Amino acid sequence: MPTKLVVNDQPRELDVDPQMPLLWAIRDHLQLTGTKFGCGMALCGACTVHIEGQAVRSCVTPISAAQGKRITTIEGLATPAGRAVQESWVHLDVPQCGYCQSGQIMSAAALLASNPKPSDADIDAAMAGNLCRCATYVRIRKAIHEAAAALPSQVTQSTPG
Amino acid sequence: MYFRRIDNFPALVREPVAASLTRRTFLQFTTMAGAGLTLGAFLPGAEASAAAAAKAAGASGAAASSLASPFVRISPDNTVTLICKHVEAGQGVWTGLSAVLAEELDASWSQMRAEGAPAKVPTYGNLAFDPKGNVQGTGGSTSMASSWQQLREAGATARAMLVGAAAQRWSVPASELTVSEGIVSHASGKRATFGELASDAARQPVPKDVKFKDPSQYKFIGRDKLPRLDSRAKSTGTQQFAIDVSLPGMMTAVVLRPPRFGGKVRSIDSAAAKAVPGVVDVVQIPRGVAVVARDTWGAKKGREVLKVEWDESAAESRGTDQLMAEYKRLAKSGEGALPAVKHGDVAAALKGATKVVEAEFEMPFLAHAPMEPLTAVCSLSADRCEIWAGCQFQTIDQLNAAAACGLKPEQVFINTIAAGGTFGRRANIESDYIAEVASIAKATGGKYPVRLIWTREDDLAGGRYRPLNYHRVTAGLGADGKIVGYQQQVVGQSLVAGTPFAAMMKDGVDPTAVEGSAPEQYEIANAQVMWTNPKVGVPVLWWRSVGHSHMAFSKEVVVDELAEAAGKDPIAYRLSMLEKNPRVAGVLKLAAEKAGWDKPFDKSKGRGRGVAVQESFGSAVAQIAEVTVKGDEVVVDRVVCVVDCGIAVTPDVVRAQMESAIGYGLGAALHSTITMTDGHVDQTNFHQYQVLRINEMPKVVEVHIVPSKEAPTGVGEPGTPPIAPAVANAIRMASGIKLRKLPFDLAAARAAKA
Repeated sequence: MPTKLVVNDQPRELDVDPQMPLLWAIRDHLQLTGTKFGCGMALCGACTVHIEGQAVRSCVTPISAAQGKRITTIEGLATPAGRAVQESWVHLDVPQCGYCQSGQIMSAAALLASNPKPSDADIDAAMAGNLCRCATYVRIRKAIHEAAAALPSQVTQSTPG
Repeated sequence: MYFRRIDNFPALVREPVAASLTRRTFLQFTTMAGAGLTLGAFLPGAEASAAAAAKAAGASGAAASSLASPFVRISPDNTVTLICKHVEAGQGVWTGLSAVLAEELDASWSQMRAEGAPAKVPTYGNLAFDPKGNVQGTGGSTSMASSWQQLREAGATARAMLVGAAAQRWSVPASELTVSEGIVSHASGKRATFGELASDAARQPVPKDVKFKDPSQYKFIGRDKLPRLDSRAKSTGTQQFAIDVSLPGMMTAVVLRPPRFGGKVRSIDSAAAKAVPGVVDVVQIPRGVAVVARDTWGAKKGREVLKVEWDESAAESRGTDQLMAEYKRLAKSGEGALPAVKHGDVAAALKGATKVVEAEFEMPFLAHAPMEPLTAVCSLSADRCEIWAGCQFQTIDQLNAAAACGLKPEQVFINTIAAGGTFGRRANIESDYIAEVASIAKATGGKYPVRLIWTREDDLAGGRYRPLNYHRVTAGLGADGKIVGYQQQVVGQSLVAGTPFAAMMKDGVDPTAVEGSAPEQYEIANAQVMWTNPKVGVPVLWWRSVGHSHMAFSKEVVVDELAEAAGKDPIAYRLSMLEKNPRVAGVLKLAAEKAGWDKPFDKSKGRGRGVAVQESFGSAVAQIAEVTVKGDEVVVDRVVCVVDCGIAVTPDVVRAQMESAIGYGLGAALHSTITMTDGHVDQTNFHQYQVLRINEMPKVVEVHIVPSKEAPTGVGEPGTPPIAPAVANAIRMASGIKLRKLPFDLAAARAAKA
């Protein structure tokens, strides 16, 4: 039976192995390649997407678990928090190789949606699951603070996409 | 990775693909028709850039044409595209090299674009590897040095041709025209964009001699914050990496490789794998057995049930404990040791020393573990092999792909796209992942394009590590506290012996295995560094900063302990041995100033401060680390980093590279190790191969760049070597614990001391 889900506001049906991780379903079958593969064990965060607004590691989420759910990938990130994070990322030139940054941004957007003014410690706790081998961490912290400052606080209370 | 200059590369490069192209002719500009055919003919193998150009030109009308050379394309749509011979792997080369081009062109930064150059020598050869340009590749922190002059020429030449076209169009002397922000203008009020002039400019004669700007007129080079060209694509998920390439009908492959290094396939039972839904082929290739499927999940599921018997008769079956024991035995016996550095009489000097310090160091195998595991796409037909990958070593990859699929090197076309990190991993003499994807395409008869994906488990168990190293240092002090004799034994595998790169070895010594020792940097009257290349079946490779990554650790820890033994300030002590090395002395002095070294440091609450300095890839980097030691845990609070890399073309990229190198090196110092048991790699994924996470990144990382008018030197790697010794020295100040083994294990070091 096909799995039905809503990806970036579009209803989609996928007739694939229900055990297939969401990561490979969206990359290989929906051609949304902004979400990256890094470890396959929820250890690096490169595959982070939002399911019903929560940051989730898509590499260990079977597609059957996403049945009927609203999924947002980096391509569909359009919340005020998401946009603010992307703008501060560009402004501070956070990315180096850039491979992990979709996942970093999805985690950061989810963080700001639940915590509009995170401290360094909040950021470290929320972002520790996202590895960056270029170690862009100093700029990630700075960019999250900058995005937080750019957001009116009432907007950040809304649910992320 | 690192290269010494190789003056002759015939053994490796059998036949340069386009030997007829000389340096003079490469600057011949040509008119490129909308279809891009002219450029295609001029630059065999330039399909990727020609196609992109055609697309750009198509948007502005079929008749439109561009001003193009191998290094730049100025299109009627007013974009200026750098055709970049170096891979962008995060080090900022698209931005840095575009700055050089834009500078001499007087372009506008917003019109700059960058794309990977085709594989083609000598046109795109790395001139720092080989002055004849016979090897195209990125590494040794050489991209700027290898491109600086070429891109200034390309920019200044194109500018002169644009000016010539405008002068002709407006019937005014070229000398009356000015160029700024991508616009040529005349006092009469006439003005035209580069895009409007491109077509006419392409028909201008190529000027013989062009003048470069005076550095005082630079607008882009050295600008403090020049936005990276790739930040937006990389912040929106639109930057394409090899893993994202999709071709019609493409299949995905994973490879089952021997469980031990050196193993070979004995027999295959592929029945169960072939029964997995989506699996289309199971084929043997020289490096293992490939499972090819309609998607990644199918390929992975197929590999899980693939049965292969291995012939391990020639495989490396020792564990790392056994290897280290063997290294210690070799260091003690001196068997096979060769002198890498030798001056004065070190034995006599040590005999006469008033104090002798002895130290042993152990440094593990390290995986590069770039975030994008090795990935490549290959499309093969009878006479053509096309590859998409974040290639770091195009010439070698071209040769290996050709050999794998039975074609000539010039029949292999490489699209170099952004690499999701490399740190040296994507440049290896066997082109492992490129050869694999070409072999799979060959074994499946080119029926479909194939994408090869390495999983993280494949990456960590896949070898090509920074070599395991054992160092033994004996250093003697004179009555004045100065080092009178320094003796070091290094046991660690060669990166180049037995490969065509052995040409860089001198008197049997591989410089990449022992570079950056104490007597190379400090003035020491009597010194000897001996190197032994142990026979080990584990493939090794250059890992960010190469030999310096381990040599700086033993050197800077020992020198710091010697300063303490001599009762001297660690920075003053180093400076006393650096009178003939102003670049290194300069970064140390500035680091001391910026870190407030002369002010009293509060050592209470487990705090400590340490320094280290290393010259590598032409650049000097000093780092001062402040740490807090709580029990056996270390928090690095602050790092002050000073770099002298000549002219900092893009200072913010330089800062980013220092931040990156500090984080990369710190992760290795604190956590990372590849160990083996009976020849099997113990670490499978990031829970076991631990690297730095954001919570361990120092809260404060300050990077200061020494102002310079010297030619640019390396930036991608030189920030890595000093961080481990700087932190070790800080921990010693804070706790008295002497760390001689990487990664740090304070509990073990404390126990050993007790």
